[in-house]
Amino acid sequence: MDGTQIAMPPGKAVRLRVDRDGAIKRLFMVVIGLYLVIALALPLYAMMSRSLVTYSFDLTRYEFQVSDEAGNWGEPVSAAELNARLGRFAPTDLRTNTNGRLSATDFFPDFSFRSPVKYRLRGTTDNAPWLVGLDLKNTTAWQEYDSNTFRRVNLRPVASQGLQNYAEYFSNPALFSSIENSIFIATVSTVLTVVLAFGFAYAINRSCMPFKGSFRLVAMMPILVPSLLPGIALIYLFGNQGMLKEMLGGQSIYGPLGIVIGSVFFTFPHAFIIISTALSLADQRQYEAAESLRASKWRTFWIVTIPGARYGLISAAFVTFTLVITDFGLPKVIGGQYNVLAIDIYKQVIGQQNFEMGAVVSMILLIPAVVAFAVDRQMQKKQVSLLSARSVPFEPRPNRRFEMFCLAWCGAIAVFIMGIILVCQYAALVKFWPYDLSLSLNNYDFNRMDGGGWASYWNSIEMAALTAVIGTVVVFTGAYMVEKVDGFAAGRNVFQFLAMLPMAIPGMVLGLAYIFFFNNPANPLNAIYGTMAILVVSTVTHFYTVGHLTALTALKQIDAEFEPVASSLRQPFYRLFARVTVPVCLPAILDISIYLFVNAMTTVSAVVFLYSTQTTLASIAVLNMDDAGDIAPAAAMGMMIFYTNAVARILHAVVTRRVLVRTQAWRRR
Amino acid sequence: MKKTLLLSAAAALLCTVAARAETELTVYTAVEAEDLARYAETFNQDHPDIKINWVRDSTGVITAKLLAEKNNPQADVVWGLAATSLLVLKTEGMLEPYAPKGLDALSKNFRDGDNPPSWVGMDAWVAAICYNTVEGAKLGMTAPTSWMDLTKPEYAGHIVMPNPASSGTGFLDVSSWLQIFGEEKGWEYMDALHQNIQAYTHSGSKPCKMAAAGETVIGVSFAFRGAKSKAAGAPIDIIVPSEGIGWDMEATAIVAGTDAPEAAQTLVDWSISRKAMEMYNVGYAVVGIPGIAKPVEHFPAGIEDAMIDNDFEWAANNRSAILEEWTRRYDTKSEPRS
Repeated sequence: MDGTQIAMPPGKAVRLRVDRDGAIKRLFMVVIGLYLVIALALPLYAMMSRSLVTYSFDLTRYEFQVSDEAGNWGEPVSAAELNARLGRFAPTDLRTNTNGRLSATDFFPDFSFRSPVKYRLRGTTDNAPWLVGLDLKNTTAWQEYDSNTFRRVNLRPVASQGLQNYAEYFSNPALFSSIENSIFIATVSTVLTVVLAFGFAYAINRSCMPFKGSFRLVAMMPILVPSLLPGIALIYLFGNQGMLKEMLGGQSIYGPLGIVIGSVFFTFPHAFIIISTALSLADQRQYEAAESLRASKWRTFWIVTIPGARYGLISAAFVTFTLVITDFGLPKVIGGQYNVLAIDIYKQVIGQQNFEMGAVVSMILLIPAVVAFAVDRQMQKKQVSLLSARSVPFEPRPNRRFEMFCLAWCGAIAVFIMGIILVCQYAALVKFWPYDLSLSLNNYDFNRMDGGGWASYWNSIEMAALTAVIGTVVVFTGAYMVEKVDGFAAGRNVFQFLAMLPMAIPGMVLGLAYIFFFNNPANPLNAIYGTMAILVVSTVTHFYTVGHLTALTALKQIDAEFEPVASSLRQPFYRLFARVTVPVCLPAILDISIYLFVNAMTTVSAVVFLYSTQTTLASIAVLNMDDAGDIAPAAAMGMMIFYTNAVARILHAVVTRRVLVRTQAWRRR
Repeated sequence: MKKTLLLSAAAALLCTVAARAETELTVYTAVEAEDLARYAETFNQDHPDIKINWVRDSTGVITAKLLAEKNNPQADVVWGLAATSLLVLKTEGMLEPYAPKGLDALSKNFRDGDNPPSWVGMDAWVAAICYNTVEGAKLGMTAPTSWMDLTKPEYAGHIVMPNPASSGTGFLDVSSWLQIFGEEKGWEYMDALHQNIQAYTHSGSKPCKMAAAGETVIGVSFAFRGAKSKAAGAPIDIIVPSEGIGWDMEATAIVAGTDAPEAAQTLVDWSISRKAMEMYNVGYAVVGIPGIAKPVEHFPAGIEDAMIDNDFEWAANNRSAILEEWTRRYDTKSEPRS
């Protein structure tokens, strides 16, 4: 203590302080992140746990006692011991599913139902279920049966945790071949859709072709109808009684062909919306540079246009792929004998009430989402913003030959889309196809049919409006937080992953997951079960990804310099958000809201398990009517959905035009 | 202050009166939608104080929904669901046994064998073949008269039947063939039939719907659906195969744990009353109380005699094994026919 050395206390570690702005942003992100966790991650977790629930017969839980013919009881003996003695069942034989039964007489080789021998059975633990006939017993007290009753005794399996379901799945060739079929269908549909949609979007954004507005409307049409509807139309067109049956040259429309055509139809707008957003913003200066460097049109296309739209193309491909692979409406209506994964879930859950195996198939369907996420991260690292603060927006120049080509391309697609819709309208009006072709409005008398009648139609509109408003706010804010918050990388990654996930989740799985999660008395959110709220939450969540990708694509094209500039001008982020970000992205925001609205009108699978008496929906009515054989009324209700969505879409177009005039003037020179 | 108290007391009183006047029951059902309003109306003629809130869906979806809600049942009563589905619920201990008034009048096929029964039957729906006469004539076919006929080469590629793994009707067909022909012969029969099948559908009504629209010639489906299509103008004949037909019934049960047990019992009592049976008879040719049913338009004759002695317990307890075998034999080959 002589003061030769003064030890300084170690200083505080230097940390970057999160300013108020950053704190608010993080708070927002946590709130929206929390929404995704509750509406997505936890239900999925419930689903995953379900896929790990396995069933097997636990023989140690049962004890038998057998009498001789005079009625004197022998020693109690456990089923496990009997089995060991007889060598009757190997451990693998004892595995089963939730519906498994094991006849108790199997443990008694000399059993005869006429013998006067009596049997006793009891559980050695609390949970040792068995059936007498169809009566469930579960007790540790001895139960006595005569021989004739004992032959009706079946042991029931008990649940435990394990990977057994997966092993069973992959060893079943029927189920396994569905994976191949699904991937084949999805790949073919994706290639076709992306090529067609790219050409379409390119013509609309990069040419001076006439009728752009009309084409844009037509391109969005398929999104306005439930995915079952193209199936119905294709049957009317190419089925065994089809109007254009000869065109297929003997090929059957039932099977992969029908699924692919229908899939291209219903995924087209999804791909188009993403690619179009990517193509809508381009820097005129890059094209001027290319031109002054004497690059050919072809070369410019490959080194300027395609790289600029790369992010949108890849997103569109993944969106299409997962939409096709998870859709069950089309394969159900027109798939014939072609087994795909989504149909397997349907068969397992609806046909056999085997939720565990349904959950396993669902888990396998999650794989594309994981791949999509990985690729998305890779792409994002390389993505550069196209629109900097100094950008000059691209304006196409007239070129007659090119325009004619564009017109032909878009025209062909438009005829295809309009044709399908018109056939549906025709189907809705025909009295009895194909034997009574007179027209009538009988098929619109929905109150006489399945599905809740006209009330369900109004419910659908309410649900869609709520979904559009709430969903847009949640989705866009979420995307903004992912794209424009600096730091907090781990949180953003988790968020991005959660946002990508819904696309790969079949609606039916989401719906089931919601039942497991929300219809649990221990869950404080139990109250929303059976209400409109759960329909809205499930729908927003189900369609989260495309909205998120649209918002991201738009946001990526705003230069990151805006944030530092605003910050240096001491402007809080929400002012920048409200004054710059939202106005610049307004077209994208409107696209997201209309996307959510029309999908909420058409969605079937996500809500089929969740609707209640007070909240029947029009889209469910379509499914139920088709199922009950009322195919024409199903088409009629489908067309009601179409017209409603068309009106919403026209309103959207009007609003967008006015908004563009007011907020997007800067895009033009 | 006093005034508010008085007011709120009055309001509370009103509420309790209102509540007493109307008990609400959540009823799960797979009955055709167009019948639901009529069923509720007829029931309310006798019991205006009980309001029915229907939750209606196809048999598979309702069953899956009930099972998924097992730990927190939402339904009070199941009225009009396939007995085979109710058997599944029974083995899960989800049904409340109850002996409704007038139980003795029911024919013994139409009730759970246990006492008190867990479920009681309403009406039967029976398997049948829908045969499109117009398309059949075009192809120069003769109409089949038996299940065995369906294996004839002339029908190759013109028969549609429901997939038993996804449709209750499909399972009904398969389980009845196994009972009619015996297990070994039954599978042999299905092997031969498989050669003629154009497609296996996921819904039981669809094969008949396809036959009605000429998408196929022969649809293995059920009579009720066929009669409905015929009434709508379809050129079909409804054929009752000579070997006998499988059948299932629509049945009623109380869900264990309902918070309105008295109202639920009232509904179940009523559901097997004479009046109810007459109500079912509008669409169904065979109902639970013998001697009541009048012939239904477009229904083929002799259905009641053709119904096999269906062993529901055997079918329910072997369902898993049968479906596994069926899938192994026929579903792996489920490739598109092109």
